[in-house]
Amino acid sequence: MASKTSHPKEFLKGLWDENPVLRMLLGLCPTLAVTNSAINGFSMGLAVIFTLVMSSAIISLARNIIPKEVRIPTFIIVIATFVTIADKMLAAHVPDISKALGPFVPLIVVNCIILGRQEAFASKNPVGRSVIDALGMSIGFTITLTILGSIRELLGVGTIFAVQIMPLSFEPWMVMVLQPGAFLTLGLMIGISNWLNARRAK
Amino acid sequence: MANLVIIFLSAVIVNNYVLVNFLGICPFVGVSKKIGPAISMGMATTFVMTLTAAVAWLVNRYILEGLNLQFLQTVSFILVIASLVQLVEMFIKKVSKPLYDALGIFLPLITTNCAILGVALFLVLKEYNFIESIIFGFSAGVGFTLAIVIMAGIREELELADVPEYFKGAPITMIVAGCLALAFMGFSGLI
Repeated sequence: MASKTSHPKEFLKGLWDENPVLRMLLGLCPTLAVTNSAINGFSMGLAVIFTLVMSSAIISLARNIIPKEVRIPTFIIVIATFVTIADKMLAAHVPDISKALGPFVPLIVVNCIILGRQEAFASKNPVGRSVIDALGMSIGFTITLTILGSIRELLGVGTIFAVQIMPLSFEPWMVMVLQPGAFLTLGLMIGISNWLNARRAK
Repeated sequence: MANLVIIFLSAVIVNNYVLVNFLGICPFVGVSKKIGPAISMGMATTFVMTLTAAVAWLVNRYILEGLNLQFLQTVSFILVIASLVQLVEMFIKKVSKPLYDALGIFLPLITTNCAILGVALFLVLKEYNFIESIIFGFSAGVGFTLAIVIMAGIREELELADVPEYFKGAPITMIVAGCLALAFMGFSGLI
């Protein structure tokens, strides 16, 4: 089925129809954990874009020489390699963000989005198509995380990307940047996306 | 000793793995529909977590630090976990058939549970010694079990509630988890 869709469609499906967070409910741990500010969500997204695109490209190139029985361990090793590269790059260039994301960067290894795309797509499709699919999925992920981070940052401290938005008289809702805020905001976002989808289908 | 009690309480209640550290959300949402499977999942996870903590500590101390290969941490931990789960599965199948049937499909699922890799990464980050690591792994598992069982209890009741159509399933689960996390924040001054 997937091999019949055109390239732009392949890209766009990750943004909405198969959005990994809102529609497929994949990769929820980093989604919830690192979105206490817009910049953290965005950087996490960038790390995922890098890892997913690179591993999809490699897996797709090697798809005919990986024996079926050991494909999952092979995927994991390839993914873990790129995650290590992303982790070290973040630590070297943006140490503050790397500290804020903490163990959630190495945890990208077990992010179901990445393994899921390798299993469902990259191991069955040519390189170009796999990279487009990976780009769509990871950009969809990044956009969702940035929006979630922005909402929480806006209500929690009154800023977005550290730029003051709310009037200074606004009393910040501390709870939004703490753990419960993550669950509540994501719950509402999934609910709203369900509603929008149902409306569009009509 | 007091040290170990603090590690235990902190991992189970104050820094609950699921509700405060956001690890293991996938099984938390996926396997929390009924109490029974939730308990099995919790037990299997606790078991693997305790073992992982012990093995990961040894690997980190004697292989990675010994050879100055810390940059291979992520790769080696995930390999340790994957092979450990496989071993545990074979071992349980051989030794105790009833337990194997009870844990069944949950064991392979655990490999991709980020809470397990999280345990390995956290114990290196917090520089625990061997005993502390094992206690930490065990209590993280207990904390996970606590959260998933409470959630399953609430969701069984939720079946009867009148939830708005678009909020059925995942959205309402997230919102309930938010309320639970709020409740757990009450423990934050405990330690």
